[in-house]
Amino acid sequence: MHRDHIADESGAPVVSAAPPGPRRALRIGLGGPVGSGKTATVAALCRALRAELSLGVVTNDIYTTEDAEFLLRHAVLAPERITAVATGCCPHTAIRDDISANLEAVEELEAKAGPLDLVLVESGGDNLTATFSRGLVDAQIFVIDVAGGDKIPRKGGPGVTSADLLVINKTDLAELVGADLAVMARDATAQRGERPFVFTSLAAPDGVAPVTAWVRERLAGWG
Amino acid sequence: MTAALLLLADGRFPAGGHAHSGGAAAAVAAGTVTDVPSLERFLLGRLHTVGLTAAGLAAAAARTADPAELAELDRATEARTPSAALRAVSRRLGRQLLRAARAGWPADAGLAALPAGTHHPVVLGTAARAAGLTDRRAAELAVHEAVSGPATAALRLLGLDPYQLVAVLARLAPQLDLVAERAATATRLPAASAPLLDLYGERYDSWKVKLFAS
Repeated sequence: MHRDHIADESGAPVVSAAPPGPRRALRIGLGGPVGSGKTATVAALCRALRAELSLGVVTNDIYTTEDAEFLLRHAVLAPERITAVATGCCPHTAIRDDISANLEAVEELEAKAGPLDLVLVESGGDNLTATFSRGLVDAQIFVIDVAGGDKIPRKGGPGVTSADLLVINKTDLAELVGADLAVMARDATAQRGERPFVFTSLAAPDGVAPVTAWVRERLAGWG
Repeated sequence: MTAALLLLADGRFPAGGHAHSGGAAAAVAAGTVTDVPSLERFLLGRLHTVGLTAAGLAAAAARTADPAELAELDRATEARTPSAALRAVSRRLGRQLLRAARAGWPADAGLAALPAGTHHPVVLGTAARAAGLTDRRAAELAVHEAVSGPATAALRLLGLDPYQLVAVLARLAPQLDLVAERAATATRLPAASAPLLDLYGERYDSWKVKLFAS
């Protein structure tokens, strides 16, 4: 259902994106640079959680529905649980400044395939400043990768410093690209303080496990 | 109420317009918009056709809060939009604008009563009325959107010089005022159309690879 039909006591419509009541799906955003492994992380999360949870995915490709099609091709979810949003060359605008198309997409997914437990909103690949609006998602994951250079955590930016979880992916490539994981861990801690980060290698069996565990914690707190 | 007008006209107003090109993406792909002069011709054509029609509908919607009259205007918009793809775009953008307008003017009964999925010009006129703006202001909003959206899209797609684009938009400004005036004072709802934009809308909708939603 569309919450913009809900009225408060005075009869005024309630349009806040805050949880309106008992059960709407937990919404988790995944952002990060192009090629860091956002779609692979979404696919792995879906495989890990789909047996126990009702899932939906919204993708925000920069210029195509490729990410949505990847998820369909790999059959991680039924087609009616995946939808794509076009962002007019500005992926960050669609997740931060003007979230209207993504909110529509999330609500339509819930209306079509719902009730859902968890909706993953995947941003188009963007720069280190791209973060999600709190009006769109309840928590956000920023995905970077070892092959992008071990200095990325040091560079910081809102994605690295403020995301609820930082994922440093492709640890299996560290040796090949001369990346020092200890440096990345040290810089991530310096940038993020108490906020968690995890290393992943999605090439390994159940390589997404640290992210899955974090998502389960968020779900447990969602009620 | 100039501040409310500027709020609604601001490209940062979160109503979804940034992801739509108003046919500019298809025109660029077709090779009909390649540079600043061809973009100016495209914008001029858009202004005097779908711009005028949208402005007339928005102005009429701004004059009433009667649900039956607004429903009639919604049907009038439907009849003036031959492309099924563009009708769907108009309804989707109407939903997105309605969400933002309700957040801005939560006490307005007309906005609250408007069905989700009402066509964009009708929502735009209703939002203008809710903001305390006149029908003429609603028409100005519509022509502004009809031109500025595709202009920005073409800028991104072609890497145009933004100062040359500013020159074009400033040159067109008096015409925008004239079209808004004409739309707001028309005794019958305008029905100007641009068949090529309808064809572009249909063609673009079938593409696999696209930067803009329309």
